[in-house]
Amino acid sequence: MTTDTLDATDTVAAPARRRLKVPRLLGSATDITLILILIVAVFAVLDFSSFFTAQNFTQILINAALLLVMAVGATFVLITGGVDLSVGSVLVFSGVIAGEVMQWLGGEGWGVSIAGIAAALLAGTAWGCVNGLVITKLRVPPLIATLGSYGAAQGLAQIITNGNDLKDVPSELVDTIGFGRVFGIPILVIIALVVALIGGLVLWATRYGRRTYAVGSNAEAARRSGINVDRHLLKVYAVAGMLAGLAGILSFAKFGTTTLAGHATDNLNVIAAVVIGGTSLFGGVGTMIGTVVGTLIPATLANGLVIVGLNSFWRDFAVGVVLVAAVYLDQLRRRSRSSR
Amino acid sequence: MTTKPLLEARDVTKRFGAVDALRGASFQIFPGEVVALMGDNGAGKSTLIKTICGVYAPDSGEILFEGRPIGGWHPKAVQALGIETVYQDLALAPDLDTPANLFLGRERLKGGLLGALGVLDKSSMRAEASRVLTDLSVKIKDVNAPVNNLSGGQQQSVAVARAVTWADKLVIMDEPTAALGVPQTQAVLALIERVRESGRSVILISHSLPDVMQVADRIEVLRLGRRVAQLVTTETTEEQIVGAMTGAWTQEVAA
Ligand SMILES: Nc1ncnc2c1ncn2[C@@H]1O[C@H](COP(=O)(O)OP(=O)(O)OP(=O)(O)O)[C@@H](O)[C@H]1O
Ligand SMILES: [Mg+2]
Repeated sequence: MTTDTLDATDTVAAPARRRLKVPRLLGSATDITLILILIVAVFAVLDFSSFFTAQNFTQILINAALLLVMAVGATFVLITGGVDLSVGSVLVFSGVIAGEVMQWLGGEGWGVSIAGIAAALLAGTAWGCVNGLVITKLRVPPLIATLGSYGAAQGLAQIITNGNDLKDVPSELVDTIGFGRVFGIPILVIIALVVALIGGLVLWATRYGRRTYAVGSNAEAARRSGINVDRHLLKVYAVAGMLAGLAGILSFAKFGTTTLAGHATDNLNVIAAVVIGGTSLFGGVGTMIGTVVGTLIPATLANGLVIVGLNSFWRDFAVGVVLVAAVYLDQLRRRSRSSR
Repeated sequence: MTTKPLLEARDVTKRFGAVDALRGASFQIFPGEVVALMGDNGAGKSTLIKTICGVYAPDSGEILFEGRPIGGWHPKAVQALGIETVYQDLALAPDLDTPANLFLGRERLKGGLLGALGVLDKSSMRAEASRVLTDLSVKIKDVNAPVNNLSGGQQQSVAVARAVTWADKLVIMDEPTAALGVPQTQAVLALIERVRESGRSVILISHSLPDVMQVADRIEVLRLGRRVAQLVTTETTEEQIVGAMTGAWTQEVAA
């Protein structure tokens, strides 16, 4: 990052040349939104009556909700220039802790449900703090630190449950988070969108958001400006963990089981969504709108491909292509910037 | 000079592995003074000012600010004393815009409940930023663009503006004109004069003798991590300064 700055200094004498506009536009959230609209349009043309309905769109949102909650946390993490591979395991672990706590408290009723939600959030936050401490205090790179907790959290979840999924969810949770609707909109979707909205506002409007960008853009500059970089990183990983914990209780309520084996690739899906949304893996750049759209693209592809009769495996292929294209555009933008 | 020094470094040493960057370096600056810190590449100038402003802790020796030892303090604590630094590597956040960089680490919050929630007062920071930039005659076309999109000289101006805005007592500038054209360099030198007129002190690191002769009251020369000369600009020739930097001429330094 320091070299970035120095590079720019070397090019002083060059007259202010015009920037390459096209890749810059293509990488921004507006353009990824255009791609989403294009995908929707294609499926609408192929099978309007099945695809282009409020009911089907709701279904897409339901399918994307869990990933979106985790992607909100991952957006902050990636903007700091870090990465969190542990989210899927933390989701499972938090679901298990919530399940155990609720079982122990009797298994039914609102009090028990709220205790379960609190337990999941706490469990997730705890893992987030572990990640943050290992990264900032032990100086283990985020990739390795969170790969470690990816394995550890999954392992602990299996140990606690002996490998058998917990299946007792209080009916209060199933009826609300699981299947409940308000004005026809699933509560699950409302929660996910509210989380994204809050996350977006925090990122865009607050000091916390500003410092998240600063730390990812040039940690040394942030440090010298008196920002406590380590403490900020700890907070960011803690929030990412808390949101994975929230996803854990949401998942438990939605599926009625702790889905021990169902989240091994969540981390990669989350990172793919955030990166497709225009957040840079190198830190300093990203938006929450982009993340929302980036989460919806894989979900829409999966849904639409099945509706038009193609195997859903095509989704993996298409998401892979979109992901690489998104990062390529990001690289292009960076190159056009530093070679000004 | 009968007043007490504003800042004083005494016999500071700093090692990086096998490299002795500072071997008992001393330095002095008085209130309202512009002092140029000169020396060959690798003489230890940047290292000395980084130990002053808290980026590094000195291995030994003392750093006194208004008589108070501040060696090894956290950069934030040093800033709180009214000391600001323009680093040689600028230390801007390239992805943030100009106002965000000016207010980095000192973000202004809205009043009331929103402020308690940590909501930024972006419009007031933008207004203040453009006021500061106009004051310093820094012209930036698009203050809302990431500073990475600015020319090197403009980036340097942003870094200088930030330091001058926040420093109450002392501005430290590590080669602030290295990337600047002639008019911009003159603007920075004029700015240094204005900082002095406001009663604040400036430490200027520069390799440019004409610049130094133009603005500095005194010159302190470092060589191989040690002070080898303290000179008063009006009583000094360029030959003497060059001689001190290269080691051809050494002055007995009263410590
Ligand atoms: N972080 C560091 N790690 C290791 N060595 C360092 C570090 N910083 C400085 N040095 C070494 O310390 C010595 C003094 O460096 P310093 O940057 O203070 O010199 P300088 O006088 O500022 O030179 P210049 O005029 O080139 O900026 C050099 O030999 C340099 O290689
Ligand atoms: Mg230097």
